Amino acid sequence: MNFVRTKAIAKKEFKHLFRDIRMLLILLFFPVFLLGIFGYAVNFDVKNIKTTVYDSDRTELSRNFINALNSSGYFDITKFIDSDTEIRKILDKKDAQLVIVIPKNMSREFHSNKEAKIQYLIDGVDGNTANLIQNYVTAATSSYNNKLTLIKVSKTGSKFYTPIDYQPIFWFNPELKSTKFLIPGLIVMILIVTSAVSVSLSLVREKERGTIEQVDVSPVKSGELIIGKTTPYIVLALFNAIVILVVGYILFDVEVKGSYLLLFITTSIFLFASTSLGILVSVISDSQQVAFNISTMASLLPSVILSGFIFPIDSMPWAVQIFTNLTPAKFFIEILRAIVLKGVGLQAFYLQVIYLIIFATVFLGLANLINSRKGKTS
Amino acid sequence: MNSIEVKALTKKFGSFVSVDNISFSVKKGEIFGFLGANGAGKSTTIKMLCGMLEPTSGDALVGGYSIKKESDNVKKNIGYMSQRFSLYNDLSIIENIKFFAGVYGLEGELLKERINWVLKIANLEGKENILTASLPGGIKQRLALGTAVIHQPKIVFLDEPTSGVDPISRRSFWDLINDLSAQDITVFVTTHYLEEAEFCHNIILINAGKLIAEGNPKELKTKYLKKTILEIEATPVNNVIEILKKSQYTEDVSIFGNNIHAVMNCNYSEKEQVYSMLQHVQDISVERIDEIVPTLEDVFIHLLEKDGK
Repeated sequence: MNFVRTKAIAKKEFKHLFRDIRMLLILLFFPVFLLGIFGYAVNFDVKNIKTTVYDSDRTELSRNFINALNSSGYFDITKFIDSDTEIRKILDKKDAQLVIVIPKNMSREFHSNKEAKIQYLIDGVDGNTANLIQNYVTAATSSYNNKLTLIKVSKTGSKFYTPIDYQPIFWFNPELKSTKFLIPGLIVMILIVTSAVSVSLSLVREKERGTIEQVDVSPVKSGELIIGKTTPYIVLALFNAIVILVVGYILFDVEVKGSYLLLFITTSIFLFASTSLGILVSVISDSQQVAFNISTMASLLPSVILSGFIFPIDSMPWAVQIFTNLTPAKFFIEILRAIVLKGVGLQAFYLQVIYLIIFATVFLGLANLINSRKGKTS
Repeated sequence: MNSIEVKALTKKFGSFVSVDNISFSVKKGEIFGFLGANGAGKSTTIKMLCGMLEPTSGDALVGGYSIKKESDNVKKNIGYMSQRFSLYNDLSIIENIKFFAGVYGLEGELLKERINWVLKIANLEGKENILTASLPGGIKQRLALGTAVIHQPKIVFLDEPTSGVDPISRRSFWDLINDLSAQDITVFVTTHYLEEAEFCHNIILINAGKLIAEGNPKELKTKYLKKTILEIEATPVNNVIEILKKSQYTEDVSIFGNNIHAVMNCNYSEKEQVYSMLQHVQDISVERIDEIVPTLEDVFIHLLEKDGK
């Protein structure tokens, strides 16, 4: 390893980066832009569920029940209707996500000690949201049920108590905000794009323009070339990671609970893994267009779909779960969530770190193998 | 002493033989012309000699180092400039020079001295910060040559260095090549311009991966083409060529600018024979017919056509 040669390549690469101001601005501001989009627009929290009520009972009991739901804060009762023919129309037009149907004899049944029936119609098009609505409805109903049971039992003169009192407390993300959950994934996605895609593009650009020939004929070793060419992008990616963390703190209150040193070291290891993916892509592609397509397919897509960034891996079919192991993003997201949200130490994620190192070694080895084979045949 | 010694060099790509068992040697400090048609195997040979490509069999000593076993040492001791313009267009002149200086590990006083030398030979002193993209082709070529020899190699390979450059720039580029040769640097050059080949001390010609002729320009003209060449100026050219090709006196006929060159065979004794033959045909007017000393182009076309048959 010759330091003068490596430095010359890294310096040149930095100059390329700063010469193309437009590209540099995109690389620097794209992450903040993405963070804004994901933070504000992609929100999986369900609040203010648009609710329509069809109350054909119209008694004190039914009104009390509706008020109880309303005061829980999750339901936004926007409309009352008088006939069941309107229900279909309202759901069709998406005027409401939830229709509560209270039958005529609810109050009567209740007072004659029979089961009163209430129907909830939920718009099931978006399965996730529908599930959440169902949970809220069940919780609201059962808490109101408790209240009613209390009244009934006290009328008989005996004392009523709930056998098990439970108090769920959410750790790490107490308000269950999805932004907190998303930010580590977002960092991973942006880092893998700036490293894998831009490294593969910068290597293939030289192949495409023929400038690589002049470097090939010089005494530069492939290790020196790779370190020199990737250093600027790794620095840029680390800078991006800092920007995302700062913006995440300012806009969404995401604090790093764990050690910054550990965060820096693991991030560097992940960048090493994703640049090695970029290098492998550059070896197998001959034009920037091909390199861009392959590196996006190999880095961006799996890191969004298979990494657990948005879609929980546990709920994927087992065959797909096996495929999730192909992306280093999955493992780094686990590491980041552990450091940023939980503040735990290395013992919680050393396996993931080892995996990242193995990933990088295999990909670099593969790139080297293919490259040396090409040297003999082309 | 020979600075390049090629021994039975062969390169195969699958079943295709790109370079077929060629051997030759290049003397120290000479300008060595390496000629051949497109696809004849020139670039493949150069890439092997520069240590970029491994030969299938055979070997070569470049600056005393084997291209097979010591390609790292070969790379340190040669300069290379390719037909594709290999400087970075989005970097300034000085940034390009500094990059290649760094790639060859230059530092300190020597670095400064060599940077100034490159700027001087490319006539770019005082223009260091101009973007390379904005330079005219001829200047770019000089700059590329300068960066290719920034580390003062003893041997420099130029792969079609003047393709796409205007005639005046080409001439001054060759002055630069002569300067290098005068400093005892071996210049190994490929070109498609045969008037440039005349400037070379020694030449080899390859076709379909095989060496078909070697020698200095003078030798080539006499050794490989002993037959008489006629330069004929007559119209209409196409008809004249048809007639000449069918005639009993000619072996080869080809167009040379406005003229026709004909290689004559043993039936030919004097130019009057051709003159009278053409005069008897209607519509043809003959301006002049001269016996000429063959040009390198005549020799090569003759050799390539013979080899093709």
